Amino acid sequence: MTLLRTRDLVVHYGDFQALFGIGMEIADGETIAIIGSNGAGKSTFLRSLAGLLAPSSGRIEFAGVDITGMPANRVVASGLALVPEGRKLFPSLSVEENLLIGGYAKRKGPWSLERIYRIFPDLKEKRRNPGTALSGGQQQMVAIGRALMSNPRLLLCDELSLGLAPIVVKDIYARLPEILAEGTSVVVVEQDIGQAMKVADRFYCLQEGHVSLAGKPGEVGRDQVSAAYFGV
Amino acid sequence: MVDWINTVLQGLLLGGLYALFATGLSLSFGIMRLVNIAHGDMIVLAAYLAYAVVTHFGINPFVALLLIVPAMAAWGYVLQRVVLSRSLTGSILTPLMVTLGLSIITQNVLVSVFSADSRAIPAGGVETAAVPLGGGVTLGLYPLIVMATAIGVIVGLQLLLGRTELGRAFRATSDDQETAQLMGIDNRLLYGLAMAIAMGIVGLAGVYLGIRANFDPSAGPSHLIYAFEAVVIGGLGSLWGTLAGGMILGVSQSIGFRLDPGWGILASHLAFLAVLVLKPNGLFPRTRDR
Amino acid sequence: MSMDLTLAAPAEPAAPPAPPAPPAYRVERATRASRIGAAALGLATLALLAMPWWADRASIRSMGEILYVLALAQTWNLLAGYGGLISMGQQAFVGLGAYALVVFSLKLGLNVFLAIPLAGLTAALIAIPAATVVFRLRGAYFAVGTWVVAEVFRLLITNTMWLAGGNGLSVISALTGIPRWWRESAILWFAVVLGVGSTLGLYLVLRSRFGLALKAIRDSEAAAESVGVKVPALKWIVYVAAAFGCGAVGALAFITKLRVAPDAAFSLDWMTTMVFLVVIGGIGTIEGPLVGAAVFFGLRWLLADYGVVYMIVLGALATLVMLKMPEGLYGFLARCYRLDFFPVQRRLIPRDQGE
Repeated sequence: MTLLRTRDLVVHYGDFQALFGIGMEIADGETIAIIGSNGAGKSTFLRSLAGLLAPSSGRIEFAGVDITGMPANRVVASGLALVPEGRKLFPSLSVEENLLIGGYAKRKGPWSLERIYRIFPDLKEKRRNPGTALSGGQQQMVAIGRALMSNPRLLLCDELSLGLAPIVVKDIYARLPEILAEGTSVVVVEQDIGQAMKVADRFYCLQEGHVSLAGKPGEVGRDQVSAAYFGV
Repeated sequence: MVDWINTVLQGLLLGGLYALFATGLSLSFGIMRLVNIAHGDMIVLAAYLAYAVVTHFGINPFVALLLIVPAMAAWGYVLQRVVLSRSLTGSILTPLMVTLGLSIITQNVLVSVFSADSRAIPAGGVETAAVPLGGGVTLGLYPLIVMATAIGVIVGLQLLLGRTELGRAFRATSDDQETAQLMGIDNRLLYGLAMAIAMGIVGLAGVYLGIRANFDPSAGPSHLIYAFEAVVIGGLGSLWGTLAGGMILGVSQSIGFRLDPGWGILASHLAFLAVLVLKPNGLFPRTRDR
Repeated sequence: MSMDLTLAAPAEPAAPPAPPAPPAYRVERATRASRIGAAALGLATLALLAMPWWADRASIRSMGEILYVLALAQTWNLLAGYGGLISMGQQAFVGLGAYALVVFSLKLGLNVFLAIPLAGLTAALIAIPAATVVFRLRGAYFAVGTWVVAEVFRLLITNTMWLAGGNGLSVISALTGIPRWWRESAILWFAVVLGVGSTLGLYLVLRSRFGLALKAIRDSEAAAESVGVKVPALKWIVYVAAAFGCGAVGALAFITKLRVAPDAAFSLDWMTTMVFLVVIGGIGTIEGPLVGAAVFFGLRWLLADYGVVYMIVLGALATLVMLKMPEGLYGFLARCYRLDFFPVQRRLIPRDQGE
């Protein structure tokens, strides 16, 4: 069953057009990778799905409901959560408070503080620390946990690997199956193709605001991907 | 010697009133980065509302609080949603000018309704009662009530901000408005609530001001200045710092006043400038200024 | 074929050494509106200076006030609109100027009109230590901090018995001996110098390198700093210059008001008036305060019998303009009709279009 569908999504920043009619479909339980170089429009796309940017035209349907132009605070209540680029933890909140505020929308579901601490045991012992006192990898875990606390049906992850050592990135990606086991669909956005393609069922490649390629990781050749990625 | 002890004690207790003036300002700055130039005029507005209620219905001013505080809170919410929210566009000029306009409007509406004459809220003697501590040292009963209220308000706000879900949401919004929305926080509603709380405290401050001293429609700006000074001395975002700031203002004012009646208010301004020169971030800084 | 081509162009001289190619553009600073503006300003200034010969005394008096209030507005425009310094305490320097008038003319016996530039200098000198204190605050806190400084000056003078404390004193005795026609004319001429001078001065400053740096600061302090603009020094100069203007206006204003008292000299009304002129007209434009002055004095004339209503209308108008058209009335009109009477920007005009 289709969980998310966008049609002809166009987004502007002032006079600058960032997205030129993106069409995408994500089914329940799927893991999707969105890849593309810096400035391809990946973050813009996620931010418009999450309700932080209002599209100029086009349509976003989530779980059969039109959420185009819905403000971010209501989008999350309908089951779509974003782990923002750069983690964006709240510095005046402790780790546990950061996680708790993730559940502000009061959506029912399987996630609780205990579950989050089970997946990310590091966080439990640091739960009284301010979120910003943690290592980069641990901060990313808080950011993911915080998004999960809203019990999303679709989890959007923007550049999980940004600024993290490869071993830490691997560690974080290793927790993905536990999240998927709850039936949550996941979108990972990365500049780094390798990690994202390994976990994804399907992928979309963005280039200058267009979908330049879509398919299944195993079925597309390396050259095809790099052509779609770099536009050569 | 006893006189001086009394002077300092009076000053410390006066700090309670200044802290009440300041907490609302501190809250709206801390959460919304809004410096409300009309803050002092809202205090005076609350005093006039209380004056009208007390003299019209003949009730005790402390009973009038039950009416004034919710009324001011509701006014704060409406003001935020209808006017102030539109001014929070990123530039600091807009909110400053909009609240300056609001200040002028409030002052002149008060003049046209209540005339420019100064008023005081009759409180039936509580304002002059004294509590002797022995050895000639006495404390005013009323300043003690004000101080107790100020401490109560600060403790209440600390609990609200530190222990409740709403408080978490306030702090999150203060840190990063956009990410807070991703948590499901409706920042416009939250800002409205923050202003409602701030104005509720302003209501309290206004009634307490009106019982203690005469007020007139043009008195607002000087109260804004005290409130602002207490916030800056204490350090932005620190509520206990704000109380300390109020006390520093109060003590320097009462000592100054004792030396020469003309120097009272000047002494508190000079104390503020001294702190500013020596510790520009205040005594207990917490929130970063943007 | 090639032979034919060379023959087909006999009029062309044999290739001389190629002159350096002219740039494909030229820098243009004037516009049609600006040429009209310059001419109008020149004529208006002459007409204003000649008012004692063609206008009645009441008009001369009103025009004097309009001009010195305009001067105040331009100083705040420079501060807030270009320097990014949103001061709410400029009444400090108006008041200090007024008391400089008292000291120089009443106490030291100098000519009252000589006291005007001296009052400006006094205010500028006092602004230097004041700046070291208020520049510790930023943004909105700077605004209220400057206000506190103004209160401190007011209270200091209220407590100075030599200056008659809170009661204030009359400067009439300093004016005796100057014939009335000369007194009233000189007040007007000084007001013209201040009002037109501040407008023209702002224009010239903004056209200079200094102005370019100021506009860079207004747009982004960090970016300006990174390209080598000395931001603190520039802000400091702007603050001191604005204090000079306010001080001079303070002296002139109280020559017309005759009585100097702390509450009037350091009144917040000076501040709100300059803010209204600038905000309603359009902050960060030279023309804005002119439009603001027209609205401000026009409304005052219309609502002369309703003092309180006038203030409420002004407050509401300022609030509405700030919320609905933050660029002000002039800014709004200029955007709609592409007006620019005092162009301070440099435009690149491609040669083929521009000539």
